[in-house]
Amino acid sequence: MLIDKKHIGMKVPPHAVTPTAWQLKWFAKATGETNPIYFDEAAASKAGLPGVLVPPTFFFCMDMDKDEPFDYIATMGCDFAKMLHGEQIFTYHKPVYSGDTLDFDGQVTDIYDKKNGALQFIVKDVKVSRQGEAVCDLRTVIVIRA
Amino acid sequence: MTIPNFEALNVGDEIPSFTTEPVSRLTLALYATGSGDHHPLHLDQDYVRSKGMKDVFAHGMLGMAYLGRLLTQWVPQGAIRSFGVRFTAITWIGESMVCTGKVVEKLEQNGEKCVRLELTCANEQGEAKHKADAVVALA
Repeated sequence: MLIDKKHIGMKVPPHAVTPTAWQLKWFAKATGETNPIYFDEAAASKAGLPGVLVPPTFFFCMDMDKDEPFDYIATMGCDFAKMLHGEQIFTYHKPVYSGDTLDFDGQVTDIYDKKNGALQFIVKDVKVSRQGEAVCDLRTVIVIRA
Repeated sequence: MTIPNFEALNVGDEIPSFTTEPVSRLTLALYATGSGDHHPLHLDQDYVRSKGMKDVFAHGMLGMAYLGRLLTQWVPQGAIRSFGVRFTAITWIGESMVCTGKVVEKLEQNGEKCVRLELTCANEQGEAKHKADAVVALA
């Protein structure tokens, strides 16, 4: 079944996230990061930073940090078991740090299919801001297999 | 960290690469905590076997995080303008990720001298798991 294109333009409920040094420490450990500005508050402070630096892909983790991160997929009637993460794109405007409060405001911006509907693609664009200032844009492409 | 000189770089130049430790169950548990993604596909062998799969596998975004580290080992993070990845294959337990990147284009973007990099996260047999590109502003 093809997803109804009326869902293009659907707003995703906005949410706010404040990244913590605690979680970033585990993220650094998991990803093999050795530069202490990514996990040690004292080292970040010594480097003149207001907090631990949020690494490039952590914006995705924060975008997912809500009760129902795939509510928009559910609304379209798609089966989660057939869902894959196809692409992830970030555009960066400003660095962000532990302790910053970030607002995530997202919208479904495209729905298309390939191979006669065997693969369907849902594009979600999210703008991340800090006190109204744009810091990062995310584009998440979800693939739904037939 | 110094920003590489735009004039000194050429299309085809490689940036410093690295190979990760083999991805282990511990890696995935740590990534679950760090990322907040506790999906059982990455953590629970009983669950994945009930779904007919052989074993748990890595979070796709773990590989992208490795490629992010490849970038931030080369330039300060503030120089990264954009970074995108396509997930092309699953990463299994025991695979070490070979992270490489090369300059594919020199360009001016919004008045800045930039390079476009093609980045790859592959296993040691050369199977690409993630293909990425990034635009980085240089001095």
